[in-house]
Amino acid sequence: MILDGKCPTGPIETSWDRHRFESKLVNPSNKRKYKVLCVGTGLAGGAAAASLGELGYQVHAFCYQDSARRAHSIAAQGGINAAKNYPNDGDSIYRLFYDTIKGGDFRAREADVWRLSQVSNNIIDQCVAQGVPFARDYAGYLDNRSFGGAQVSRTFFARGQTGQQLLLGAYSALSRQVKAGTVTLHERREMLDLVVVDGVSRGITCRNMVTGEIESHWGDAVILATGGYVNVFYLSTNAMGCSVTAAWKAARKGAYMANPCYTQIHPTCIPQSGEHQSKLTLMSESLRNDGRCWVPKKVEDCEKPAGDVAEDDRDYYLERKYPSFGNLAPRDIASRAAKEQCDDERGVGPGKRGVFLDFADSIKRLGEDTIRGRYGNLFEMYEKITDENGYKQPMRIYPAPHYAMGGLWVDYNCMSNVPGLFVLGEANFSVHGANRLGASALMQGLADGYFVIPYTIAGYLATVKPGEVKDDHAEFKKSADEVKSNIDKLLSINGTKTPSEYHRELGKVMWEDVGMARSKESLEHALKRIPEIREEFWKNVKVVGTNEQFNQELENACRLADFFEFAEILTRDALNREESCGGHFRTEHQTDDGEAMRNDEDFCYVAAWEFKGVGVEPELHKEPLKFENIKLAVRSYK
Amino acid sequence: MKLKLHVWRQNGPNDKGRLETFDAPDVSPDQSFLEMLDDINLVLAKAGKDVIAFDHDCREGICGMCSQVINGVPHGGQERTTVCQLHMRQFKDGDEVFIEPWKARAFPVIKDLVVDRGGLEKIMQAGGYTSCHTGGVADGNALPIGNPVAEYSMDAAECIGCGACVASCPNSSAMLFTGAKVAQLAVLPQGKVEAHTRVMAMTEAATEHGFGNCTNHYECQASCPKGLDVKFIGKLNREFMKALCK
Ligand SMILES: Cc1cc2nc3c(=O)[nH]c(=O)nc-3n(C[C@H](O)[C@H](O)[C@H](O)COP(=O)(O)OP(=O)(O)OC[C@H]3O[C@@H](n4cnc5c(N)ncnc54)[C@H](O)[C@@H]3O)c2cc1C
Ligand code: SF4
Ligand code: FES
Repeated sequence: MILDGKCPTGPIETSWDRHRFESKLVNPSNKRKYKVLCVGTGLAGGAAAASLGELGYQVHAFCYQDSARRAHSIAAQGGINAAKNYPNDGDSIYRLFYDTIKGGDFRAREADVWRLSQVSNNIIDQCVAQGVPFARDYAGYLDNRSFGGAQVSRTFFARGQTGQQLLLGAYSALSRQVKAGTVTLHERREMLDLVVVDGVSRGITCRNMVTGEIESHWGDAVILATGGYVNVFYLSTNAMGCSVTAAWKAARKGAYMANPCYTQIHPTCIPQSGEHQSKLTLMSESLRNDGRCWVPKKVEDCEKPAGDVAEDDRDYYLERKYPSFGNLAPRDIASRAAKEQCDDERGVGPGKRGVFLDFADSIKRLGEDTIRGRYGNLFEMYEKITDENGYKQPMRIYPAPHYAMGGLWVDYNCMSNVPGLFVLGEANFSVHGANRLGASALMQGLADGYFVIPYTIAGYLATVKPGEVKDDHAEFKKSADEVKSNIDKLLSINGTKTPSEYHRELGKVMWEDVGMARSKESLEHALKRIPEIREEFWKNVKVVGTNEQFNQELENACRLADFFEFAEILTRDALNREESCGGHFRTEHQTDDGEAMRNDEDFCYVAAWEFKGVGVEPELHKEPLKFENIKLAVRSYK
Repeated sequence: MKLKLHVWRQNGPNDKGRLETFDAPDVSPDQSFLEMLDDINLVLAKAGKDVIAFDHDCREGICGMCSQVINGVPHGGQERTTVCQLHMRQFKDGDEVFIEPWKARAFPVIKDLVVDRGGLEKIMQAGGYTSCHTGGVADGNALPIGNPVAEYSMDAAECIGCGACVASCPNSSAMLFTGAKVAQLAVLPQGKVEAHTRVMAMTEAATEHGFGNCTNHYECQASCPKGLDVKFIGKLNREFMKALCK
């Protein structure tokens, strides 16, 4: 089937304004009759729930943490983009649009990206009004920094805690609506199913993580803003609880999963130190503004302390390969380059899976205090984890799974192919194409939540009768029964290996075969291994405890069961996409000097997969991508 | 290295609870404290025993989810460090380690080391915001904010809402938590407008939900993983007085 993204036609500059005008509205006095469920309270979900509550809808918001403020958006360090052009350095909505399309390697929809660029400026204003303490210069004006993949300074930041401050802004707005009575919060709840009645999304089934109670919630629309899925690799920069569960349950109920193979491996993470490792820690990419990446030129120098390697014997490989962007090359390129150096035996540190990020030159030029002022908390964090002082010796970094560009398929209204199911933030696939630029996920989450969904959801709600289907409908009971029997099954297997052991095993396959470089051979290997481990898991997992208690082993087992099924679709998508683009690198498709080679002739489309059953090949639906404003071109950062 | 752990086990708010002892026979100095507990839990789970429940999520010191009292000190006593960022190189071979949940009237235990911090939510809902609607606000640069003011506000905004300040306080006071939000907003032009109503509503909510008053022990500052300064309690008191005099 050919999918239609329902993008507005005509001049792109006015597309969003025209679309807003043409969308249906819900009469103010009718709004309170509609109930909207919002799963997720990160930037996307928190902003959406707060804004919809303000408009007068009855909103119910859900999160698995004990507080809405703890969604993983909190961990974002670097910053948020906007096309304000405050520094007068040539930025514009058009340039942000252009950079995002190009950065995404021409695999995103133009209309969605334009809208994102357009509303980016409103986001900054909104956050300032909420009291977000962005960095300011001495005259009191907002400060900017530059980020990978852009040649202008358009990134706004709040020390090294931008995500935290933006999320606390959204959380404040949400708290205000809780007090106003428009939003009801349900913390420590995990959504374990989507309830679909006659093809329309009508509610969710979730588990109360304290009591184990399986609850049914109905809503006239359901919003999923449940974040990304890169914990499918086990080790990643995501929080321990991040999962694909909500999205995957929706996929099992008919929502298409789009471009799952587009995963981002972030270049600047702290390398793994041993087998005990439970997660990887990101060091903000902003470090690449002042740090220089290098490895020794000679293999024999790799064991030496960095200071003993002569200047001439150092290979500043990013500056060498990409002279115009240098250390600020986009993430996919920087990550692959680091991997290449390590594959070439020139890595440093334990296991030789690391490269140096050196601040010596910047410290010489600007002084240690300036560097401390810019990145003090990052150096502190690095030292806590590695016991090394980044001011005195170069940091060691290595790429790690970080972000999911793929996600549930949505149209221009952020609605999935299942009517009434909206998907926002990292959980959808919409704007980043095959690679996301730094500081643009925060922008997307808040754009979707504050400025897109309030308009587009009205267009849908105006066509449905409030409360038409409630939780007394038979489908709710059916869904709850399925959830319960799934949990009972997991608890009854009583095998020998724990969920975390299986997660590690799955992660290893995914990282080695479906990680930074993929080939037909490695992907086929993964497609053989994943079902094997999954089947073993269902025969041999040991989940201790009961459902009727606070049970983290059970939570993990439920999440992992979904990762297994999802991992297969991710791998199939990677196998299907016979080209290299952005974060998806197929070793068969590269230029002589190792750069990614796209195939626009055959693959300029969004791959949206329809679930057909466990172990059954999913069906591929295509949405062709048209580039009418930016010419399809080979991406170059040389 | 080898450690002996004494871990608080409690099956819900009505259970009495007790300490249970575990051997940690093979701890790597590069492990984080939570990874050390993961190892213990792996052994327990494989043996079919109930694992130790503890809250955690980001494991990078920012979400505020992790919450353990280690050897009597919330977050374990390393300066500006959450439990999840505490690394085992801070301990030495043969150490005995006591691990307990936040203990405060306002935080009932859910299980083992997991507590209910809902009271902090109530304080925020009472007034921890500016009442701006989405859209229709002024340009971000319309009101210049001096760098020192922005920095002060950011210092206060660093709070991760973990509740260590409450757990360490003999009065279970949430005044550092509350003061931080009050101060962050009170100094900004955007937050000044509602400064009086905010401080009144937030302090009232704190009392209502079982948090005590500050009697200058300063344990909160010592245990705060983000190093929040008690000056924000002073600011809270000043804002409160100003509001009273209105
Ligand atoms: C370490 C790190 C640093 C980053 N730095 C930057 C940066 O500098 N700039 C930038 O632009 N981007 C950055 N990113 C990316 C960005 O932070 C995220 O993509 C973005 O915040 C995701 O927001 P979200 O609202 O979509 O999801 P999240 O913030 O992940 O929120 C997901 C929500 O869904 C809930 N949830 C999930 N599953 C369920 C379920 N089954 N049931 C109930 N609730 C559920 C969770 O409780 C949570 O509330 C960074 C990411 C990481 C990991
Ligand atoms: S003030 Fe410090 S200790 Fe208290 S909640 Fe905030 S971060 Fe935690
Ligand atoms: S787990 Fe997030 S702060 Fe410790």
